[in-house]
Amino acid sequence: MRNAGVVALNTFREAVRDRVLYNLVFFALLMMAAAIAVGQISIGIEQTVIVSLGLSAISVIGLLISMFIGVALVSKEMDKRTLYALLAKPVGRWEFLLGKFAGLVLTLAVNTAVMALGLLLVMLYVKHSLVRSDAAVLVAVYFILLKLALIVALALLFSCFTTPLLAILFTVGLYIVGLYVQELRNLPVEVMSPAMSAFTKWLSYLLPNFENYNVMAMAAHGRVVPGALILQNTLYTVVYCTIVLTAAAAVFSRRNLK
Amino acid sequence: MPDIAIEIENLTKEYPFGFLHLRKKTSLEGLNMQVETGEVFGFIGPNGAGKSTTIKLLMRLIFPTAGSARILGKPISDVEMHRDIGYLPEQPYFYDYLTAAEVLDYFARFHGLTATDRKERVARMLKKVGLETAGKIQLRKYSKGMLQRVGLAQAILHDPKVVILDEPMSGLDPVGRREVRDIILELKRDGKTVMFSTHILSDAEMLCDRVGVIVGGKLRGVGAPGTLVDMKTQGMEILFELKGTSKAPLLSKATRTGDCYRLQVAEEELYSAIEQLRAAGARILSVSQVKATLEEFFMNLVDADRAQAAAVEVSGK
Repeated sequence: MRNAGVVALNTFREAVRDRVLYNLVFFALLMMAAAIAVGQISIGIEQTVIVSLGLSAISVIGLLISMFIGVALVSKEMDKRTLYALLAKPVGRWEFLLGKFAGLVLTLAVNTAVMALGLLLVMLYVKHSLVRSDAAVLVAVYFILLKLALIVALALLFSCFTTPLLAILFTVGLYIVGLYVQELRNLPVEVMSPAMSAFTKWLSYLLPNFENYNVMAMAAHGRVVPGALILQNTLYTVVYCTIVLTAAAAVFSRRNLK
Repeated sequence: MPDIAIEIENLTKEYPFGFLHLRKKTSLEGLNMQVETGEVFGFIGPNGAGKSTTIKLLMRLIFPTAGSARILGKPISDVEMHRDIGYLPEQPYFYDYLTAAEVLDYFARFHGLTATDRKERVARMLKKVGLETAGKIQLRKYSKGMLQRVGLAQAILHDPKVVILDEPMSGLDPVGRREVRDIILELKRDGKTVMFSTHILSDAEMLCDRVGVIVGGKLRGVGAPGTLVDMKTQGMEILFELKGTSKAPLLSKATRTGDCYRLQVAEEELYSAIEQLRAAGARILSVSQVKATLEEFFMNLVDADRAQAAAVEVSGK
């Protein structure tokens, strides 16, 4: 486990030196522009506009980083053969994978935390004060981070057995499907055979449910997010990530390098 | 420590290819080999012979189709085995966003060294491979030869008992090659076991206690460089000087370089050849025995392998 920590810190260092965190500049400019514009055009709904825009930007930026860098975590190391010297050290392949996962999640956490701070500052600038219910924004940011961790795990799994391009396509595809899991579960049974109905129900439980992480509307309107949902999403992410990473380790530990 | 440092039994690697991966190409076929503790073992063969495949199998970068191997008595599937092993990959490449000192420090962390110990060892290794002034430069600015030196430094950083080097001289200038040779000899003096692959035969002859010759995925011979080849005299070479022209029949068999000629004759014909040359006005400069070299042994194997492959191809048609 200590080895995974060493790999994780190096992955974070790589992200910093490869200027991944430069996206924060874009986010800062976007929020500054939003703060100025919102004061002029949206009387009375400043909070809704600012929070929706800020959370959407945090989510989109995080999605791009988690998908593209998540897929490259392993494939780049295999392509450039930087992995060879590392795996000749007393490091298990699962430790390498876990470290890579933790390193990118750490990068995303720092990135998301800085953006969340920026969003709170803009809210303070627009509303001139923050109230207790604004904490819902932080919960929404936390859920975005959980969602990104799950995406990183999936991207890592796919990159262990297929090409980077296909891995990105699979991850994007699964993310989109995962946004509509609830609809899949609630398909009208009367239009399907019992077997098909059972199949879609099972499939809906098997697929990652990304819909659960979306509390943007609640945050935008300052409504309190239930504690049970926070606990449920946290546990769901931990269990799902553990299963996906275990599968990734099983695939990767049998993979012949080039 | 066991007497056998590396023990390879029936190691085989096949790669599937074709549309449904139904066809198989054999990269390594039933390799049986042992490297003794404390020796420098050269693994020689042409490109694509199976040298790197064998080393990658030992390092568990790829997995065997059949067979097994043990290093220092431990099966290669044991991750802990790597504590006592140093490995230099062929054409090594490291994280180019790190400096040489950082990359060495990174690798040292996996061996549980303290911060003080890491700092001291990194500085010592950089000096050893001639990179003490370039230690704080990012690797993206390094030449191929400098990366090779970093690779060597990370392989011996943790003072391993067994060092496995895949083409360690590759990409190095003559000075660099000399330095690597010195490092290998130093490792031997320190009692380490060194196995390295190369296709530069002079390096193998100069450094190795024993060599293994691999061609076409099969081991063709193992032994001390001198015993692998037939050491019987294969003839005599006469080096002579001749100014002007002569019609001596022996001259047609000689190779000319300026005024100097080289003539190879059978041992029993030496004295009559010398008399004929002197009669033709030649000045004899030297007479030496001609012995088979490791290179000739190696080339004979390669030629035989190519001839066999061609025969199979023809019969296949």
